[in-house]
Amino acid sequence: MAKILEKTILAPKIVRMIIDTPEIARKRQAGQFVIVRISELGERIPLSIADADPERGTLTLVIQEVGKTSACLNEMEPGEEILDVVGPLGIPTHIENFGRVVGIGGGVGIAPLHPIIQALKRAGNHVTTILGGRSKEFVIMEDEMRKVSDELLICTDDGSYGKKGFVTVVLQELLDAKTPIDFCIAIGPPIMMRNVCKITKPYGVATYVSLNTIMVDGTGMCGSCRVTVDGKTRFVCVDGPEFNGHQVDFDEMFKRMETFKPLEDEAYRRHQEQMKKKPVRKVAMEGD
Amino acid sequence: MGDPEKKKAALRIPRQKMPHLGLHLRKTTFQEVPLGYSAKQARLEAQRCLQCKRTVCIQGCPVLIDIPAFLQLIVDGDIIGASRKIKEANALPAICGRVCPQEDQCEKTCVLAKKGEPLAIGRLERYVADYEREHNAVEVPPLPPPTGKRIAVIGSGPAGLIAASELALKGHDVTIFEALHKPGGVLVYGIPEFRLPKKIVEAEINYIQSLGVKIKTGYIIGMLYSVDELFAQGFQAVFIGIGAGLPRFLNIPGENLCGIFSANEFLTRANLMFAYDFPRADTPIVVGKKVVVLGAGNTAMDAARIAIRLGADDVCIVYRRTRAEAPARIEEIQRAEEEGLKFHFLMAPTRFIGNDDGWLRTMECIRMELGEPDDSGRRRPVPIPGSEFIMEVDTIVNAIGSGSNTILFRTASDIERSKWGTIVADEETGLTSKKGVYAGGDIVTGAATVILAMGAGKAAAVAIDEYLATL
Ligand SMILES: Cc1cc2nc3c(=O)[nH]c(=O)nc-3n(C[C@H](O)[C@H](O)[C@H](O)COP(=O)(O)OP(=O)(O)OC[C@H]3O[C@@H](n4cnc5c(N)ncnc54)[C@H](O)[C@@H]3O)c2cc1C
Ligand code: FES
Repeated sequence: MAKILEKTILAPKIVRMIIDTPEIARKRQAGQFVIVRISELGERIPLSIADADPERGTLTLVIQEVGKTSACLNEMEPGEEILDVVGPLGIPTHIENFGRVVGIGGGVGIAPLHPIIQALKRAGNHVTTILGGRSKEFVIMEDEMRKVSDELLICTDDGSYGKKGFVTVVLQELLDAKTPIDFCIAIGPPIMMRNVCKITKPYGVATYVSLNTIMVDGTGMCGSCRVTVDGKTRFVCVDGPEFNGHQVDFDEMFKRMETFKPLEDEAYRRHQEQMKKKPVRKVAMEGD
Repeated sequence: MGDPEKKKAALRIPRQKMPHLGLHLRKTTFQEVPLGYSAKQARLEAQRCLQCKRTVCIQGCPVLIDIPAFLQLIVDGDIIGASRKIKEANALPAICGRVCPQEDQCEKTCVLAKKGEPLAIGRLERYVADYEREHNAVEVPPLPPPTGKRIAVIGSGPAGLIAASELALKGHDVTIFEALHKPGGVLVYGIPEFRLPKKIVEAEINYIQSLGVKIKTGYIIGMLYSVDELFAQGFQAVFIGIGAGLPRFLNIPGENLCGIFSANEFLTRANLMFAYDFPRADTPIVVGKKVVVLGAGNTAMDAARIAIRLGADDVCIVYRRTRAEAPARIEEIQRAEEEGLKFHFLMAPTRFIGNDDGWLRTMECIRMELGEPDDSGRRRPVPIPGSEFIMEVDTIVNAIGSGSNTILFRTASDIERSKWGTIVADEETGLTSKKGVYAGGDIVTGAATVILAMGAGKAAAVAIDEYLATL
């Protein structure tokens, strides 16, 4: 059980939660994730750890509503308990002084990118961060990111903020300008990560991505999270979540991520219908 | 049984048949299939025991239950006494009565087996344990004063549960760390409801908790804490019972197509996550029209029977050896066949072929013949060149076996392991290469049985108790 201590809405359908999990908070490192379950008949979903405060004993999760479980989670309020939080899972990001680093965050992927950029910066790297979102309101955590980056570049699909276009456009400009890049890390929608890899490959820029496949246990027991990396089957939960993006078989991964799509959509649709019927829940005020 | 008349009368009683759920319900629900003996049947069956002087049945039991004694108590009408008699040797009779391969153990050595049918010892074990539980007669035995010694048990499968309960009965302070959100290991995530109802596992686990054992779920040792950190936290001994939970794949082309699942994934979704109850439960599962399960062990039978219940039109086993080598219990194979499972022996897949969306559509197989015996003593299947053919299939459940999960050893490289990844442990005590660390169950033997895991947990508990006394 983990109590929700704080909740902030960062963007439409994107919520930041600070939860009380002292043991995981003390252990986790940048790049790791947790698996949560919110009810007895609930599913287990992986969520990246956006930040942690070991002294306070808290984890920060940034959750985007994409299906029933994430919707239910985002409807929870401070004071309520998340039934299970397991972690830390996955291999921590390999941090070293590469020299010049570019970090790319798309949408909710900006959240898990934050601790990684922070660690890379601390390790002495010169960090350029590119943040992208559908429109201005989806460019989350700008201030936090600015604090840990040497340079911050922003773009939006609709041009409502920063440059108009995808993160790949900004990245291409850096490469065209012959900006030296020793290491690149990209976290965001799978398509974005693939496109980033496509662009950096001809330049030989080492590019890592953090994969978010379907998972059940998160301990290497089921194989539902498997992907092909460099021609070999790897488990994202225990061998990843970060991999050399130039070796990831993204096509296969996209297809595998669709395995349960019709069922997941159905569950989400049912949930939304139910929510429509329910009276709007009053948000608990201080002193209530 | 000195009286020859009584003996004759006993020999005239036929082995009592187990009543089963109707076939329609079996194929459409997850209700338990064998319904259990009636009181009358149980008594009749127990009366078949000849009370032999040479107790060969006990020698067939990995945990040495005093079988003739508990059978006599049934005949005497003391069912609760019979259950407690079993519990002197086996803390989980309701589970073992259901899943033990008795035909290879006590019932194999039973004298009656030579003259006809062996005594149904497993069914009676189940009967008395169910009776005790259903009559709320389960009692917590008196516990000795606390010793103040703390033991960490990693993994809550049968090995861990028994090690924990035995140590608690000696007055020690035991904490189980379990990676999943529910304790029980394979008993909850692997073996399906229709073979082992979860409420029975829960009742047994509640009993173990009533002995003072603490269970912490969602704790992955190796990630959250290392074994050394457990010692640093004040635990004085550690028992490792983490099972054989690593899915094995075939490493043939197309294995990552959609529609191909490891048995672990398929079973975990269905059992632990209740996917058969989707959308009431949130975890989805998909089965197509034509399901092929690879392998012929208990895991394969369980997966196949789940697929039947989830509504697949056609479910079959593809196995590279023959029926004679199939490791599943005969009883389980029979039940699966009754439910419509088909078998293709001497056949193995060579590649999987999908459509443009990445979904499995067909597989290429090759026929096999049996050659010379291999390490396991079974004749080795050898492919027949040129015998490849294509078979239609849209769901595969891969149940060819499992290896050991390495997550624990990331931070415990000082625990010696074999080339198969199993922990090297003393056969009698379970002691590993690391001081104060014991191991047992599937992580030591490789995938085996519930009762062997329990036996190993019990033996290790004795050794740990002795070790703690030296500290
Ligand atoms: C589908 C299926 C059907 C079977 N049917 C039968 C049958 O009919 N009869 C029979 O006798 N046997 C059967 N078996 C075999 C039997 O279930 C196993 O031999 C037995 O459960 C092994 O017990 P164990 O305690 O060693 O491990 P497990 O039952 O595997 O339990 C290990 C536990 O440790 C946990 N764990 C693993 N790593 C960690 C970690 N790092 N930190 C914390 N916890 C961890 C796991 O989550 C798991 O809960 C079957 C097995 C399967 C898969
Ligand atoms: S989630 Fe089960 S193996 Fe990765």
